[in-house]
Amino acid sequence: MKELLETIARSLVDYPDEVSVNEVEGEKSLILELRVAKDDMGKVIGKQGRIAKAIRTVVKAAATKDNKRVVVEILQ
Amino acid sequence: MGNSIEKTGKTVQEAVQAALLELGTDENSVDIEILDEGNKGIFGIIKNKMAKVRVTMKESMSDKARMFLEDVFDKMNLKAEVMVEEDEESILLRIYGEDIGIIIGRRGETLDSLQYLTSLVVNKEKGSYKRVVIDVENYRQKREETLVKLANRLADRVIKYKKNIVLEPMNPYERRIIHSSLQDNDYVETYSIGDEPNRKVVITLK
Repeated sequence: MKELLETIARSLVDYPDEVSVNEVEGEKSLILELRVAKDDMGKVIGKQGRIAKAIRTVVKAAATKDNKRVVVEILQ
Repeated sequence: MGNSIEKTGKTVQEAVQAALLELGTDENSVDIEILDEGNKGIFGIIKNKMAKVRVTMKESMSDKARMFLEDVFDKMNLKAEVMVEEDEESILLRIYGEDIGIIIGRRGETLDSLQYLTSLVVNKEKGSYKRVVIDVENYRQKREETLVKLANRLADRVIKYKKNIVLEPMNPYERRIIHSSLQDNDYVETYSIGDEPNRKVVITLK
């Protein structure tokens, strides 16, 4: 799941080397903390969060196979 | 990174032409790097120096789209194959394989998201823009047929009751299908209201 989020984020941003994802495992859910370069924030959030929403939808779809809840958080 | 070759020639132009011939492509699909300008020599006094260039194939937009999707499916642990068709304005990606249900998602939500993200990746570079459409085992085509039928049915109702009809929120792709299916209708016209993602089509009498 972590790799999927990294792949998507790296393809969208201008500074792929600065993309990092931290996994925080909970009991029933998995939290993925996404960090990107400051100038790239817009590239992963988008107008009215449209890009962030699309990223979350795809990551959630991947998680349905594992029956786990995934939360994607974009950190400053 | 794509294919890259180095060529020499009497002039830069000649070297580039030789490289393009070998790659079987044209100037628009490559990046050209001049390694040595060369010089022709003057009256044979100074020795001729050959020009040298490095010519690298640019990744095409459809390559980018296919590679991104394949990468994403791989990381999602899905078995799926991607076929690409490209023309002047658009790139169509057809997906075949198992796990199709996951790729489509509830009411095509995942498919729309994948399409949107692929479009962003492909059109990241400024300058050229192509519309990206992803279709899974003809899901789009079936959905398009459904929407055209819906548009015609609702248009009939607008004509009959002389009242506007506001459709459910739809994405730009689906709204376009509604608009274009009624654009030649003599009695009704369509427009959109509201902001994304709640933008809706309205059908009204002309």
